[in-house]
This record gives sequence, C-alpha cells and structure tokens, in this order.
Amino acid sequence: MTAEMKAALAALREKNDYDAVIQAIPYARLLGIQLHDMGLQPTFIMPANKDNIGNPMLPAIHGGVIGGFLETSAALHLLMNMESIALPKIIDFSLDYLRAGRLQDTFASCQVWRQGNRVANVAINAWQTDPAQPIATARAHFLLVQE
Amino acid sequence: MSQQPTAEELTARASRFVSVLPHCRVLGMQVEYADGEKVILSLPYSEAIIGNASNGVIAGGALTTLMDTACGTAVFNVFHDNEICPTLDLRIDYFKAATPGETLRGEAWVDRVTNNVVFAKGQVVEGPENRIIATCTANFMRIGQHIGGKK
Repeated sequence: MTAEMKAALAALREKNDYDAVIQAIPYARLLGIQLHDMGLQPTFIMPANKDNIGNPMLPAIHGGVIGGFLETSAALHLLMNMESIALPKIIDFSLDYLRAGRLQDTFASCQVWRQGNRVANVAINAWQTDPAQPIATARAHFLLVQE
Repeated sequence: MSQQPTAEELTARASRFVSVLPHCRVLGMQVEYADGEKVILSLPYSEAIIGNASNGVIAGGALTTLMDTACGTAVFNVFHDNEICPTLDLRIDYFKAATPGETLRGEAWVDRVTNNVVFAKGQVVEGPENRIIATCTANFMRIGQHIGGKK
C-alpha cells in the first residue's frame, strides 16, 4: 500500500474523511465520486457530468458508469468498517437497471449484509431525485484483503 | 434482410455505434472486430481508470463499462434496423486482476433473441494468449424503439 493510501485510510477512520481516499483512487476521481452525506450511513454522490454519458440521445448516463459508481461506493463503504485492511477486491457484481440514469446528480448508499473474515456481501442502491425510485440496484461480493 | 452483412460491414456499423458514446470516448474504447457471431472491443490501459493506486490495477467499473458496451454492441448488431435495447441487468465475475499496462479486450455475443428479451454473454481477455480476466452475462429489453424515433 502506498504511503498516500495509508494516510488516507487513517484519515477516513479517524475523521470520516472520504475525500483523501477518493483522491487516492484515480477511477473515483474520473467519475467525480464524492461523499455526499454522513447521516446514519454514508451517501455518495456522482455529480452530473457529460463525460459520463452513454446514450447521447436521451441523454443518459452510461450503464457501465452507474455500475462503476455503485461498485466504488461499496468498496468505500467497506473501507469504513475495516481495520488495517487494504482496498477490498471485487469478486462478483450483479446490477439491475430499473430506470434510465438521466444527466443529473446520482446518489448511492450501501448496506453490508454480511461481513465475514474473508468475504463481504454488500447491497447498493442508486437514485437521482427520489430514493424511493431507484435507478439501479446492485449487490457485490468483495474479498477482504489483509495487508 | 435477404443477405447477411459481412464482417467488414458489421465492424464499421459497431464502430459507428460505439464512437458516439461520450464515456467510451473518454476511456478510449474502440471496436476491434465484429461479425455475425460476436464483437470485440478494446480498452487501453490508462492511469485514469486505476482502481488501486498501490498496484496500478484498473477498477472493476471500467470492466463493467467495457462489458456493458460490448454486450450492447453485440445486441445492436443482431438487429439490422437500429433497434435500441436498454440493459435490463448485468453480472460480472472477476477471475483475476487485469495486468497493469495491458490493453483489455471485451468479447461479447448474443445467445438468444426472444420477442421481449435479448440474452448476451461476454468475457474480458488480455494478452496474446487471451487470458480470461472476467466473464459477463447481460440481458437486454426489447422496447420497440429505434434510433431516429419509434418505429
């Protein structure tokens, strides 16, 4: 693990500072992912960005970008709960698209259903204007890697 | 359609489809080959899509985008009338981390077309020996709309 990432993880656990971790993940920066709200559970935001469009006619966010946003959100969420562990490795990812993702801010929050010694199961929902009307729902398994 | 289009025609058609997708341009994704059986897209390695800065391995999300696009392009190519089919769902199994620096190829094909749903599959491979990095299953809805308006 790089020194930058180590410092970022320490800041995350001590101060809920997701920014440093996100800054240390180039792909998260590419999509523009940020922490939106700490509330009862962290909510992430991916602000509207023309570079994330997949369907230029609607226009709609690329389905793969929505997948990448949910997967990255789940990994960030898991990092919160873990001690001295490197970035979790994705094992599999299953994504259901419910509505077109319009060119708007998109939000995501996660639920860790099970976290064992080696594997975690995480459910992730994405929405735009109304959390009760999700645009996508996903679940992922991650391998929890010991440093 | 009386005559099946050639691989050259299908490759050009797939390239036109992918080249107008803004996020695919950001990632530098390109159609390498398409015929009546499958499509092959390439995703060059770049620092922007790294998911783990400590080892340079690219993010799973970039592979999800590669495979959503590859399967979507395979679906686009089985119809000859520009029918649009949105992705219903998609699953990716990550066999191994992609090697940093390697260009990845996303291969996709359509298993079955029904009146309402198109069933597609694919895989992400790297290197001359086509090492499998991930496999993918994606289903698409037929909503009866076409590029340029409802038909």
